[in-house]
Amino acid sequence: MSETLLKVENLEVYYGVIRALKGISFEVKKGEIVSLIGANGAGKTTTLHTITGLIRPKNGSVFYKGKDITKTPAHKIVSEGLVHVPEGRRIFQSLSVYDNLLMGAYTRKDKSGIEETMQEVFRDFPRLEERKKQLAGTLSGGEQQMLAMGRALLADPELIVLDEPSMGLSPLLVSEIFEIVKSFKEAGKTVLLVEQNAKKAMSISDRVYVLETGSITMSGDASELINDPSIKKAYLGEA
Amino acid sequence: MKFLIALINGLSAGGTYAIIALGYTMVYGIAKMLNFAHGDVIMAGGYMMFVTLTLLGHPLWAVAAAVVFCVVLGIVIERFAYRPLRGASPLAVLITAIGVSSLLQSLAQILFGSATKMPVKLQISGAFKIGSFDIAYSTLITLAVTVVVMAVLTLFVNYSKTGRAMIAVSEDRDAALLMGINTNAIITITFAIGSALAAIAGYLMLCKAPSLSTTLGAMPGIKAFTAAVIGGIGSIPGAMVGGILLGVIESLSYSVPALAPYTDAVEFAILIIVLLVKPSGILGKMRREKV
Ligand SMILES: Nc1ncnc2c1ncn2[C@@H]1O[C@H](COP(=O)(O)OP(=O)(O)OP(=O)(O)O)[C@@H](O)[C@H]1O
Ligand SMILES: [Mg+2]
Repeated sequence: MSETLLKVENLEVYYGVIRALKGISFEVKKGEIVSLIGANGAGKTTTLHTITGLIRPKNGSVFYKGKDITKTPAHKIVSEGLVHVPEGRRIFQSLSVYDNLLMGAYTRKDKSGIEETMQEVFRDFPRLEERKKQLAGTLSGGEQQMLAMGRALLADPELIVLDEPSMGLSPLLVSEIFEIVKSFKEAGKTVLLVEQNAKKAMSISDRVYVLETGSITMSGDASELINDPSIKKAYLGEA
Repeated sequence: MKFLIALINGLSAGGTYAIIALGYTMVYGIAKMLNFAHGDVIMAGGYMMFVTLTLLGHPLWAVAAAVVFCVVLGIVIERFAYRPLRGASPLAVLITAIGVSSLLQSLAQILFGSATKMPVKLQISGAFKIGSFDIAYSTLITLAVTVVVMAVLTLFVNYSKTGRAMIAVSEDRDAALLMGINTNAIITITFAIGSALAAIAGYLMLCKAPSLSTTLGAMPGIKAFTAAVIGGIGSIPGAMVGGILLGVIESLSYSVPALAPYTDAVEFAILIIVLLVKPSGILGKMRREKV
């Protein structure tokens, strides 16, 4: 059995008096793609924000490679090897594509390593190389998502958490994005994927957790859950 | 010729406004707050120059001491007055800033009294003569300092790693955190730079007219803030353009006898016109509301 990379235990998060996460637990093992699916407002983004330190849980813990990172400041998470591609891409609009990518490598000191990763990213995303001098705000939605993913790769992460990377993209681009996520795994990275597009997410995942109003209601191997009647009904749009 | 002289004087006055406006605009852009006490940091620097002159005698030491003192002061203000309010309502932050402003003025009054000080050693007298017209050396020095400050700051922000991190924090603080940027440290650096610029602006004011009181920074602070808004608050080139523009308008208005008494009114009228035509200021970006 492979090593557990991320372990979330009894995570409970409040926004004021609203209990957004009601004590959830799950784990991601090295080399896996794990999906967290759920309806709008289920708490998916909240979960990712808590993992990378943007919000603090009231109770519970987050362990990365066995180390308790629950109280680690957000800016110290990425150098642990855990990178978060946020919902809505959040690229730096007034910086060039190239400078956005460099931002991804902000905490890295190895110049030659950064340059190497940059070339890899340009190889995987040739469109970013063509547009490297362009201001990121002028990219199309799909290109911006690729930039957000490329920027994450520049951190040379072991675990990538992705928050709805296919949001707002045309069907063709959605497929392309999922191919890219699959390629992360092939490149030896581990992925925690949050998606509304449950069908596509499950088709590339090893395991799935279903989040409903702050609680995990179901979990299991993607290949099994994809045939589960209640999942089909609620998330796959099938009767 | 008279117009040209007014223009040069305006560029120079505008340079001082621009240097102060840069402090407002950088802090606004990066820390997302209006540092109402910025003008009083100028005043604090002025008194530091006064004290250093008395002790050491040379203006160069005075300027250096004021820069160091203002940097420390800016960092301390940010750390103890503003940082605890991060995430609080903008109104609470604004009221705190007004509190810091009156605290600094009161402290200066307690320490130095309310009589105006005349640190005449800071004054740069003499003028460059063109025909029958004079351009004061202090005006030329201000112009030179302005150009240097703008060039250095522009290079720093656009080409250094820290500068790019500042742009990132100003655009999206959470995304910057996810890149591993210590946003608190970036905000501290921003206050340090803004305060150093305040000290320099204080010197430029005192080398023209060595008259120092606890309200030294008040009016220039308001004018520079106006300039920052005209240029587009949060925008560094905007503060430069806004400052220069305001200085030139002020000087030209002074040079027209019919307008001279109403110069302040003219400046604020320009502010209102700019805001009516382009609410985000000349170079400001429209604020995208967070979704
Ligand atoms: N800053 C906030 N303040 C108050 N409530 C919040 C805040 N952010 C999220 N919530 C609430 O917490 C719950 C979970 O939100 P979250 O953004 O985690 O959902 P999500 O699963 O990511 O939804 P979506 O699929 O729409 O992105 C929602 O009910 C939401 O209204
Ligand atoms: Mg979400």
